[in-house]
Amino acid sequence: MNRRGPGKLVYLTLLAVVFFSSIPLYFSLVVASHDNSVIGQVPPPLLPGPNLLENVRRVFETVPFGAALVNSLIVSGTVTASVVLFSTLAGFAFARLKFRASNALLVIVVATMMVPTQLGIIPLYIMMSEIGWTDSLQAVIVPALVNAFGVFFMTQYLREALPVELIEAGRVDGASTRRLFWNVVLPIARPAAAVLGMLTFLTAWNDYFWPLVVLSSPENYTVQVALSNLRSGYVTDFSLALTGALLATVPLLLAFVVLGRHIIGGIMQGAVKG
Amino acid sequence: MPTALTASPPTRKPEPARRPPARRLRDRFYWWDLRVSPYLYISPFFLVFAAFGLFPLGYTAWVSLHDWSLLGDDHSFIGLGNYQQMLADPYFWNALRNTVSILVLGTVPQLLLAIGLAHLLNARLRGQTFFRMGMLLPNVASVVAIAIIFSQLFGRDFGVINWVLEMLGVGRIDWHAGVASSHIAIAVMVIWQWTGYNALIYLAAMQAVPDELYESAKLDGASALQQLRKITIPMIRPTIIFTVVISTIFGLQVFAQPQLFARSAADSITGGSSRQFQTLTLYLYEHAFNRGFQFGYASATAWLMFLLIVVAVVINYLLVRRIRSAS
Repeated sequence: MNRRGPGKLVYLTLLAVVFFSSIPLYFSLVVASHDNSVIGQVPPPLLPGPNLLENVRRVFETVPFGAALVNSLIVSGTVTASVVLFSTLAGFAFARLKFRASNALLVIVVATMMVPTQLGIIPLYIMMSEIGWTDSLQAVIVPALVNAFGVFFMTQYLREALPVELIEAGRVDGASTRRLFWNVVLPIARPAAAVLGMLTFLTAWNDYFWPLVVLSSPENYTVQVALSNLRSGYVTDFSLALTGALLATVPLLLAFVVLGRHIIGGIMQGAVKG
Repeated sequence: MPTALTASPPTRKPEPARRPPARRLRDRFYWWDLRVSPYLYISPFFLVFAAFGLFPLGYTAWVSLHDWSLLGDDHSFIGLGNYQQMLADPYFWNALRNTVSILVLGTVPQLLLAIGLAHLLNARLRGQTFFRMGMLLPNVASVVAIAIIFSQLFGRDFGVINWVLEMLGVGRIDWHAGVASSHIAIAVMVIWQWTGYNALIYLAAMQAVPDELYESAKLDGASALQQLRKITIPMIRPTIIFTVVISTIFGLQVFAQPQLFARSAADSITGGSSRQFQTLTLYLYEHAFNRGFQFGYASATAWLMFLLIVVAVVINYLLVRRIRSAS
């Protein structure tokens, strides 16, 4: 690490980066809070206007955005709970249980992170129509129930945070593996589980390609699919489209402001050995 | 890595032969628990991934050898027919060129920028958390929202970017219309979304580099730039390889940005009126879901993309590996 204090130029550069990171979001607020006629003016408006609520109302009128929000909550909530549980279970096994081929299996888990599963979308679609799941939320949920990154992340964390002695002591007391998991592992895994939960929720909430393909009726849309529909139907209605974009992003931005430092910690933790 | 399991079970051996049946049952449970539980715990991942990740990908190869449409029940085997047809389609080659162009334009500046930013962040800064959060902000927005926002920013008539360019005397650019301009616009979306994220990953790796290396370099009078080139980059080489590989894998599958960058519903499938920004995934999507469900043909596209990704990853890996390792 550079131990000398950085100069003004470093701060200016970093401030510029933060500026460019936030300016597109600011401009979407500007466009979302104006009437379409104002946006066509030269120079374009640079400050937020009075029409935000009116535009929000139009978004909910144009697509079933309320249903989309509920659907996205159901999908992201279920996926998050499942990924966290299964990742912690597998992470516990890889970090502290002894079994044959455990190292090789962990290598396989890491390798699967690189498999472009998106390319299997056509057989996935065929499978879903065989079992009658197309245009339903479970078609979006079930393939996302597990996640290789989660398994890897929890394994790394538990290898450091879960003392071998605790497991040994539990074994001596005759605790079953299941008891150990619930009473010893879960409490210790909680901080990492929270970070993994946030990252998973974010990914599930923002998922687009597969939901777009498999969901066809508007009442089943997730937020991202509803958002894309908002746009394709009304090409020039920028106020409407950007209000939708803002509505889909603001909940995450609020969560990010509150939990951001933990999310950053999680990304950096997952990266070190990646 | 020693674990508890080697220690506890054998202690039960010396017990006398006649034990109460309940005890024996519990021992048997204990034995099973030790051997079976680990597999039980890792099985959900492997089962779900095999069923919904690996199997569909493998099955894609099988479907690609058939004249397979969702609408008809007759899936006749046609060997490599789909591949022949695709390789003869100029639109496929167009999509391949566009994809590679957007990948290079979006990834190379992004990762270079990220390394530079991580280097700046890797100092005694005030407001570390503020800068890190500011940088990660774009990553929170969905790719759909980002594509919609930038599509407006890059608008020909009302976009802020053209307004700024006009003020600077450059003049307006019809970003959507040209090949190069639309690729640049899409690459900017990718760069905007992912630079901060990769900077954090590099920063994490840089923080693991021992201080002493920099101390002695400074004694030798090495400048900050020399330190970056001669110490930091070789030391974080594994992380660089990792990010290059991951960016390549995802970059070759780029879909939402070009789809939503388009100005009309028809353009969003063809990637512009003259297919100037149709990527391979968009090409696949067009054939699979917008042209009578040509699943066989689209599967051939998917499988070729898979091979392309493998080749690109290997090439990138070999290229990046040439960074001299620090030892």
